[in-house]
Amino acid sequence: MTDRKTITLNMGPHHPATHGVLRVILELDGETVVDATPVIGYLHRGIEKICENRNYQQIIPLTDRLDYAAASANNIGYCLTVEKLMGIDVPKRAQYLRVIMAELARIMGHHLWIGTHALDIGAMTVIFYAFRDREMIMAINEEIAGYRLTPSFIRIGGVARDTTDEFIKLVRDFVKWFPKALEGYHTLLTKNKIWTTRTMNIGVISAKEAINYGLTGPSLRGSGVAYDVRKAFPYSSYNDFEFQVPIGENGDVYDRFLVRMEEFKQSINIIGQAIENLPAGPIQTDNPWISSPGLPEVQNDISALIRRFMINARGAAVPVGEVYSAVEGAKGELGFYLVGDGSEHPYRLKIRSSCFYLASALPRLLVGHMVADAVAIIGSLDVVLGEIDR
Amino acid sequence: MGDLFIIPVIKLLVIFGVCLGFITYTTWLERKALGHFQLRYGPMRVGFHGLLQPIADGVKNIFKEEVVPENADKAVFILAPIISISMAVILLAVIPFGDPITIFGKKITLYIANPSIGILFILAFASIGSYGTILGGWSSGNKYGYMGGLRASAMILSYELSMAFAVISIIMVSGSFSLVDMVAAQHSVWNIVREPVAFVVFFISGIAELNRIPFDMPEAESELCCGYNIEYSSMKFALFFLAEYTHMFVFASLVTTLFLGGWHGPLLPGVVWFFLKTFLIIFLCIWIRATIPRLRYDKIMKLEWKFLLPVAIANVIVTGLVMAIFV
Repeated sequence: MTDRKTITLNMGPHHPATHGVLRVILELDGETVVDATPVIGYLHRGIEKICENRNYQQIIPLTDRLDYAAASANNIGYCLTVEKLMGIDVPKRAQYLRVIMAELARIMGHHLWIGTHALDIGAMTVIFYAFRDREMIMAINEEIAGYRLTPSFIRIGGVARDTTDEFIKLVRDFVKWFPKALEGYHTLLTKNKIWTTRTMNIGVISAKEAINYGLTGPSLRGSGVAYDVRKAFPYSSYNDFEFQVPIGENGDVYDRFLVRMEEFKQSINIIGQAIENLPAGPIQTDNPWISSPGLPEVQNDISALIRRFMINARGAAVPVGEVYSAVEGAKGELGFYLVGDGSEHPYRLKIRSSCFYLASALPRLLVGHMVADAVAIIGSLDVVLGEIDR
Repeated sequence: MGDLFIIPVIKLLVIFGVCLGFITYTTWLERKALGHFQLRYGPMRVGFHGLLQPIADGVKNIFKEEVVPENADKAVFILAPIISISMAVILLAVIPFGDPITIFGKKITLYIANPSIGILFILAFASIGSYGTILGGWSSGNKYGYMGGLRASAMILSYELSMAFAVISIIMVSGSFSLVDMVAAQHSVWNIVREPVAFVVFFISGIAELNRIPFDMPEAESELCCGYNIEYSSMKFALFFLAEYTHMFVFASLVTTLFLGGWHGPLLPGVVWFFLKTFLIIFLCIWIRATIPRLRYDKIMKLEWKFLLPVAIANVIVTGLVMAIFV
């Protein structure tokens, strides 16, 4: 018997199903994948290095560009890290606003995921329904932060702006509307026979393997591990809210799909609780090292003027030390490891990107499946290249 | 002698003109309907509600640069869309669009030809048309195109079988291979009532033959980034699509002819009924495209060989038995 020849298929960096610029080199035997090599780096912007030359406040917009599909969660992760090193307590109102923004961002990220994932499998209508609802969140972002996709709304020690009546109304409308829209997604996909045949028992990864590969987020929970940073290491008042951590059983594409569909529901639940119980109070910490004084103070006090000038022009100095802190981003555990050297710039900021680990599991997941399943699996992991390449 | 030539020539021009116009506007209909299914408007800019969009597309495609990839098999690469479009358009010749009409005291039949083997003619030329897809994918010198071509050949080969078996039961019921006779045989009862199973089988395999969702394997845009037509540009690309939509029109009119009683219908003239039913089937195809995800390649094969083909064969046998016993 002659040995079988395989064909090398280059999938990406511009391929409709690789969500951005992921490149996967597939070795195919017929239509079956025998080997897969993810190639990353097409979106490398050197964010970690740029951070070393920016002061701490200037880094916030850079973190928006990590997982740009769910930008606010990245802001929170970074700000929490800096606050941990500086020992700042954030006011309760700001914490609740952060939770609202983070959960809205999660829903936004999942909207992008469900749309593109369904599009990969051939259901072309879902993305338009998802983007209709995503647009509502964009409007909320625009109302409170001025930006739609990358709000940069979170600040070190609090948030940028207080709520408006319009914001509260928009969020309430969305909370009321979204469960209905979610039913629509379920109708189109969950019980669809073609959808279940396409996703069940595809890309199965066991709980143990998923942990070994460092998967986090919905992709890990799909395998049945109830690890969620919001529950395991609560931050930003997450223990004030009641929510469940949905888990799957089989760890296949369908379970990851169901987990994310359930997360939609939990997130909207959290937003509902947060917006109704929004505590009164300041939105910014009064720590003098980081919060710049307001206008009346500046006009009457020369030291306040100097302090404002120093914080805004030179940046806030952060003590010497090393901290790690993580948040539950839309894709998984997003961690920031910060080394401060006492200056206004980080000595080093290492970003633990959940998508990087998801992409590293691709060779294990893709082998043995067909090309059509490969796009389903890549879609089900929901990798965002902005976070992988940084 | 003059009549002998003039009438067929006029008929040819009118039928091809009307059909190609209808087909071109099917693209507009598809974009418009898909748009409204998906909370969009579809084309709006060219003409009233985008009505001139197909013309704008045609003009644009003609003026686009022709690109032939360096490692393409040039002759075959150019031949493929020609095969596709010509084999598709030929099919229009045998479709009966309506009952005969009388103009200036002359009885005029509303089809170009009525060969006694009409349905076989359609099946045969539809199969040759699939060579366009296969050769187009193969000659592009592109791996995605190559895979699209391979998928096309496997799928079209398989689905041809169940389609043919579904047609056989209709041939048995109407006792003729001629499409005109088939329509005439449905004067009282439509075949969809007599042969519901054959209708389902024919419809599913027809959609597969058309390469439409959920069976759009050869061009699965999210897997193979458009598959067989990936390297085609300008008018060659447009010809593939024109062929695809012609096939869709022919398929819809075949369903009408074989199962929905052709031009039969109350009140309105036959031609109107024919185009109404055809439009209905086309709309159904578009609706399916907007709703259903894509099946996987091997599942499609399984569906054909393990389900559709046995069902179609069983249907032929049952039809035969029923006819032997009761007729």
